[in-house]
Amino acid sequence: MALKKKDLLGIDYLERAEIEEIISTAESFKEVSTRDIKKVPALRGRTIVNLFFEPSTRTRTSFELAAKRLSADIINISSSTSSVVKGETLLDTARNIEAMNSDMIIVRHSMSGAPMILAKALKSSVINAGDGAHEHPSQALLDLFTMKERLGKVEGLNIAIIGDIAHSRVARSNILCLNKMGANVRICGPATLIPAEIGKMGAKVYSRPEDAIDGADVIMMLRIQMERQKSGLFPGVREYSRFFGLSAERVRLAKKGVLIMHPGPINRGVEISPEVADGPYSVILDQVTNGVAVRMAIIYLLTEGRGAA
Amino acid sequence: MTLIIKGGRVIDPASGIDKAQDIYIDGDRIVRPPKNNKKPAGAEVIDAKGLIVAPGLVDMHCHLREPGFEYKEDITSGTRAAAAGGFTTICCMPNTSPVNDSRSVTEFIIAQAKKAGFCKALPIGAITKGSMGAELAEMGEMAEAGCIGFSDDGKPVANAEIMRHALEYAKTFGRTIISHCEEPSLSAGGVMNEGAVSTRLGLRGIPSAAEEVMVARDISLARLTGARLHIAHVSTAGSVELIRRAKAEGINVTAETCPHYFTLTDEGVMSYNTYLKVNPPLRTEADRKAIIRGLSDDTLDVIATDHAPHAASEKDVEFDLAPFGISGLETALALAMALAHSGLIPMVELLKKLTVNPALALGMAPPSLAPGSPADIVLIDPEMEKTVRPEMLLSKGKNTAFSGLVLKGWPIMTIREGKKIESKP
Repeated sequence: MALKKKDLLGIDYLERAEIEEIISTAESFKEVSTRDIKKVPALRGRTIVNLFFEPSTRTRTSFELAAKRLSADIINISSSTSSVVKGETLLDTARNIEAMNSDMIIVRHSMSGAPMILAKALKSSVINAGDGAHEHPSQALLDLFTMKERLGKVEGLNIAIIGDIAHSRVARSNILCLNKMGANVRICGPATLIPAEIGKMGAKVYSRPEDAIDGADVIMMLRIQMERQKSGLFPGVREYSRFFGLSAERVRLAKKGVLIMHPGPINRGVEISPEVADGPYSVILDQVTNGVAVRMAIIYLLTEGRGAA
Repeated sequence: MTLIIKGGRVIDPASGIDKAQDIYIDGDRIVRPPKNNKKPAGAEVIDAKGLIVAPGLVDMHCHLREPGFEYKEDITSGTRAAAAGGFTTICCMPNTSPVNDSRSVTEFIIAQAKKAGFCKALPIGAITKGSMGAELAEMGEMAEAGCIGFSDDGKPVANAEIMRHALEYAKTFGRTIISHCEEPSLSAGGVMNEGAVSTRLGLRGIPSAAEEVMVARDISLARLTGARLHIAHVSTAGSVELIRRAKAEGINVTAETCPHYFTLTDEGVMSYNTYLKVNPPLRTEADRKAIIRGLSDDTLDVIATDHAPHAASEKDVEFDLAPFGISGLETALALAMALAHSGLIPMVELLKKLTVNPALALGMAPPSLAPGSPADIVLIDPEMEKTVRPEMLLSKGKNTAFSGLVLKGWPIMTIREGKKIESKP
């Protein structure tokens, strides 16, 4: 069991078999987190660096716990404390870190493609923990894990992703991942938040959430960022919420037993009503729990693949 | 008689000549062959068998970076690269530091190029002071000092009224306005073509409309003012169509494109290769084909390099942070030759877009190989194949977008004012 690549940069660069391998490995790791002693010795002596150029609590913590439960040493570097503010380039920062013999660098960056620069230049494995509006592969994998756990399979299912698709790396990674797994992906949002030619990535575009939700097995809501209002992409929260928010009425249009997902952090009452977020169909917190297992699998399989563990 | 170029295929786009012929040079001029065709004593003979002999190339759009950005390029290295690329005259854009919006910067550029001795540099002056788009620069005095045209290249003139006045004012001094067409409110923050590739990469796109909106505006202003307008670096099918219609209407407009727009597409950016980051951005295959059609039906008059050298350290960063631009002086001819080799554009027409047409767009005398003309000549080996490698470039800007590409047809000698230019340092 191993991933035969140095880096995990995006779903776009994974084969279906590799995705399945990550999911099945995560299934066996999930149990570790339920033990009293939540640790396996698999990566003892490995050094992993969380290099976060963008604020993040959830993803950073999830990767950190994943590494610790595998017994790796992990340190966190965030942009506010790094030399980036002193004008050092991304490559120089990363080379300096690697000079301390890191085995793996987990990078979050506000600019699309930044992890690719590191992957090309470094000997360490690089995991993309979210780059700009490009990809967030570990999120798509934990979403897939959650769907499979709850529904058994995703092949042939209808999955609606609703919200700001244009600025969302979660949407892109999910569209790519769900397509590779044979699901039907529907996306929905105001046209100002739907990127050009998104259909070519394998998503059907809907203007009305009612149509996107109709008969859906999974509804994935995306966070709407308030600054998009200032750049003229939608008139305001009130109107957005009325036309695109997920209310209990809209949920009723979906299949019975629909899963309600959200990558977090949620804006209660904006893209999702509190009763839906906390309701019986919501698996939002399962996503968070599963995130640790999936990230353990990613870290483990990349290390195995390099014959290092 | 000082120099004889013997046995070459002479292509002189000004007269339409394309035949085997010898060229005789005396001092800095091309002269008539001697009556008895005998070799005059003391003349050096260049064997041009198998070579194309054409007028020295003219690039009406490049960036020499001096003054201010000498770490990217200076006038010596840039004109040397130009000579190596077969150019004998180049026009450099004013986005230096300080901006070339004054007589003193103009005179400095001309003097530096003369001192370097590789190639003639004709400055393009700024349209507005500091290229800030607010007040007209002193175009009259700059024209007097040697500016051959005016442009705020790199920045559009966003205010339509300023652009109108610029066209009118430049007309007074017989100069062309070169417009960098980009509606800034539509392109803001964009780093590549908006389309399927930008969506997949999560990069902010620049829609074709950002260019076309301003092409349409400037054509209307050219119609209004009757002034001479030249559209720089056309990249979209829509722009080509707008220019085609304007020309049919008889509006005084010319247009250029650059080798990267008829060679590459935005698909190449899939690997976040910052060496393909250029403004306007590389577009789609449909645009690329429309550009070639525009060249072949003369909607696009000129092939210009938009040579935009940058330091490696500036390009080896996040895609969003890398500067726009491709180092292009030394690969332009070879890339253009591909259009002739593939039969898309006849060789004479192709060379016209690299010699006569840019000169005419700027109101200069068209270069020619007729007796009496200045002896500015390029010798091209149409069959020579060479792989583009960044380190072979003489420009300080090693930021070629064509690394690894095998191209056929290269300039092998540049003659300016009757002298062979030795560009290799």
